[in-house]
Amino acid sequence: MEYLVASTVGVLTAAGVYLILRLRAFPVILGMAMLSYAVNVFLLSTGRLAVNLPPILSKYATEYTDPLPQALVLTAIVISFGMTAVVVMIALGVFFENGDDHIDDQAADADVSEGKS
Amino acid sequence: MITPQVLLPLIAILPFAGALLPGLMIRAGRDACAMFTALPTALALILLGLAAPAVMDGQVLQANIEWLPALGLNVTFFLDGLGLLFAGMILGVGLLITLYARYYLSGDDPMGQFYTYLLLFQGAMVGVVLSDNILLLLIFWELTSLSSFLLIGFWKHLPEGRQGARMALAVTGSGGLAMIAGMLILGNIAGSYDLSVILTMGDEIRASDMYLPALILILLGAFTKSAQFPFHFWLPHAMAAPTPVSAYLHSATMVKAGIFLMARMWPVLAGTDAWFYIVTTTGLITMVLGATIALFKDDLKALLAYSTVSHLGLLTMLLGFGTKAAAVVAVFHIINHLTFKAALFMSAGIVDHETHTRDIKRLGGLRHLMPITTVIASLAALSMAGIPLLNGFLSKEMMLEEAAHTVWFGSHYALPVLATLGALLSVAYSFRFIAHVFLGPVRDDYPSQPHDPGFGLWAAPAFLVVFVVLIGLFSATIVGPLVAVAAGAVTGGDLPYYSLKIWHGVTPALFMSIIAVAGGAMLLWMHGGLERIWNALPRPEAKNIFDALMAAIVTASRWFTELLHNGAISRYLAVFTVSTTALGVIAWSGGGMPAATREVLPVPILAGIGWVLLVVAAAAVVVLHHQRFTALILISIIGLMVSGGFVYLSAPDLALTQISVETVTILLLLLALHFLPKDTPRESSASRRLRDAAIAVIAGGAVGALALGFLLTDMSSISDFHLANSKTGGGGTNVVNVILVDFRGYDTFGEIIVLGIAGLAIYALMEALLAGPAGARIRNTLFKETRSRDRHPFMMVIATRVILPIALTVGVYIFLRGHNQPGGGFVAGLVVSIALLMQYMASGFAWAQQRQKIEYHSLIGWGVLIAALTGVGSWFAGRPFLTSSFGYFTFPPIEEFELATAMLFDLGVFLTVLGAVMLMLYSLSRIARHAGETINIDPMDYDPTPPETADVPQEEVR
Repeated sequence: MEYLVASTVGVLTAAGVYLILRLRAFPVILGMAMLSYAVNVFLLSTGRLAVNLPPILSKYATEYTDPLPQALVLTAIVISFGMTAVVVMIALGVFFENGDDHIDDQAADADVSEGKS
Repeated sequence: MITPQVLLPLIAILPFAGALLPGLMIRAGRDACAMFTALPTALALILLGLAAPAVMDGQVLQANIEWLPALGLNVTFFLDGLGLLFAGMILGVGLLITLYARYYLSGDDPMGQFYTYLLLFQGAMVGVVLSDNILLLLIFWELTSLSSFLLIGFWKHLPEGRQGARMALAVTGSGGLAMIAGMLILGNIAGSYDLSVILTMGDEIRASDMYLPALILILLGAFTKSAQFPFHFWLPHAMAAPTPVSAYLHSATMVKAGIFLMARMWPVLAGTDAWFYIVTTTGLITMVLGATIALFKDDLKALLAYSTVSHLGLLTMLLGFGTKAAAVVAVFHIINHLTFKAALFMSAGIVDHETHTRDIKRLGGLRHLMPITTVIASLAALSMAGIPLLNGFLSKEMMLEEAAHTVWFGSHYALPVLATLGALLSVAYSFRFIAHVFLGPVRDDYPSQPHDPGFGLWAAPAFLVVFVVLIGLFSATIVGPLVAVAAGAVTGGDLPYYSLKIWHGVTPALFMSIIAVAGGAMLLWMHGGLERIWNALPRPEAKNIFDALMAAIVTASRWFTELLHNGAISRYLAVFTVSTTALGVIAWSGGGMPAATREVLPVPILAGIGWVLLVVAAAAVVVLHHQRFTALILISIIGLMVSGGFVYLSAPDLALTQISVETVTILLLLLALHFLPKDTPRESSASRRLRDAAIAVIAGGAVGALALGFLLTDMSSISDFHLANSKTGGGGTNVVNVILVDFRGYDTFGEIIVLGIAGLAIYALMEALLAGPAGARIRNTLFKETRSRDRHPFMMVIATRVILPIALTVGVYIFLRGHNQPGGGFVAGLVVSIALLMQYMASGFAWAQQRQKIEYHSLIGWGVLIAALTGVGSWFAGRPFLTSSFGYFTFPPIEEFELATAMLFDLGVFLTVLGAVMLMLYSLSRIARHAGETINIDPMDYDPTPPETADVPQEEVR
């Protein structure tokens, strides 16, 4: 299971990084969402994996999973939603101001002109 | 009697506090302004006087104010003999300079500003010499660089002033940076940042491997500050400052800071070969070079500047000898140099002030026109030359004596000969100062008719010259005790036998002195010829080298900045990702992978399937991201799998939150995609895609490996505390929720504020967007997509209406049980938002908006307010912010029920989340309405009632 979780974090990070390196706003937003998943799963994993040990105190349970990373991740999930919303808003603003959703100062980025051919 | 605990900080603070006065008092006139500058200085001097008797008895006064003791960063001061000497010089000369500047500055100069800078600088200098903690000392050290920058560049209208100030700051500032590193190493070796501790650990420090780096770095700081070769060039350029500044900074204070530091660190750093060769050699070169250049300078202040450089070299050389006797001479010469050099600078200022020129070639014969100035300047200059009966003679004689028996690079003669040469040149330029300015025939072409100035201007230099003579005659009586106690502080122990007197008998030093005076007079006689040769010689101009160096550094940093920071955000992200990964790899290579200590959990078949789905979906997003709708659907699969993973891995709260956030996020992105292009064009070259893929794979691999490293090893954390106290202290069994609303309530409070700000920011951005040029563009946009004929289907409308009360009940239920079971304000807020959003989706925004009674803005506001008030409430119970309390109540017919203040806090969270989410989506939906899309105010597009009785569906265009 540990290898599965670690590889999940790795795959999500790789996909997220690839997408944030694209030139248009929308894939970058998707990439940020992917990175958020990766970060959240990573943070959870710092509490180590536990199955069937929810951090709900009860008379019958003797062991619990680590609640602290969960509390951190919970707020992180909500905050990342707020961040996504702001970025989406900025992307929309740029799109309506400029007529396309390029994220780079195009004159500065030689790769763009190369790629357009 | 005031205790040192109060006294020392007060002395250090007074100039800074006083710096506020001149700027205010200048409105009351120049005299008042000068008075109120002198006031804090005089007060500090009096306080120092109160402390003096104890210090002269050999005590060391200390004051300690703890600030960050864990970092070794405390405000600690101490006053010993060396500190007393320097603090007295700084404050005493400061007082004289205040008087002198009052009469020197013209009516056009902003005097209030000048005195403010002067007091700031004075405070920084006093701080340097009183600091016990070396980190505090470094702060004051940097402050001297900064405040001297303001003083040197005081005449902002002069380009030389600005350049000189910049050069001084660049040189002394970079030296200061080196010194910070050196001091930190020193503190590290000693295990303490307190000088009083460090000074006792000389042997340990000299034996350390890090001694040499620390020594070099600290000396860099001292040499740049004290204008030692090859950093000497900034000092003459700093002469563009008004003369009071030159007199203050370059005789008694700023440039002596480096000397002070070497003296201060002498017990710790001196005594090794490295110290001897670096410090002595640097001092010797500086002394001879500075004196040589001084001889050929025509500008009075430049001549004095180079003579200062030369004398600073002499002091450095003496400290470099590393013998206690030489240290005594250095301390004595510090006093003597202060008296004659400050007087000389002020006299030069008077000459400049009266004749309107400082060019020696245009002066001469002033003894008839300015007799008082002539006497003052001549006595000071003769002292500088080392003529008997004046104080300069005594210390120069003792210096030559020390040089006479110092072996340098195996030679018995090299150092005495060079020291005599330095003294000889010193005699030559001092004589020249007298002969070419005051002697000779009276000229008729002075730029301004010179005469002696008023008493105010010559009082300060005259006062100093009195000391030049008195110390020269009765040195042992006047400064003997002070020299003894200061030198005792430098050497950190008993002093060798020495005597401050005029006649030492027939010694080698006497012959060297005679040679110097005779040779100096000869040089002056031959000056005309020598000058022609000097001017014909090619010389490297330090300023040009410095400027070229600065230009090269600026070009290099500009190139580097533009390489990384070229306006393309994808480049920043790539640079950031690569460098972060590289840092991780470097850290990794130090420690490697820890040995696995945990058993690997088995993989159930369902988890395996989920993993495959997630990986395939992630890969598909990357491949298909050009088709935006498809990518969005695929992303939601990933979100679903992550939620499922949370369920399996004992994180029910996360699963609930993730799945509801997922829903809202996808709705948001769909709404955005409605306006954005539906496809991403392919515009990256293959090589770029390959590069990005490589970066992505490396970053992903690194993060995955890091996660694996965590997962396979055990750890201990503070979590047990939370588990143990959740029920007893927070009154809830859902530990995650108790952490959020109680243990880490402050964080949560901050977080809902951030979320609220995000919501409001989106609203504000949309307002600005619609009001600006983009608004017009939106209004003219034609959305090409073919619309569904039935945008608000009957079935969906009915279903959402039925679901609404159920969803709201679920929301309330999740909220109420949150403290003890998975749930809570965050999830409940999201669930209720989704319930409401469903109404918007089913019947359109206009219809839903008409039924909305509460503004989302105020929801956010109330949420934050309720959370804050809950926190404040605990103050009334006499407990810290956000301490929760709880109790169990029974309301028939319900069972026993828990009420906690944390629940009220959670209500604030709930309201803020609800308000923020709704406000964000509402703001985005405004684009569509602004674009003039047809909107309905009926619940459905098609009324299901039979056509003949149906009203025509109302349509409205906004």
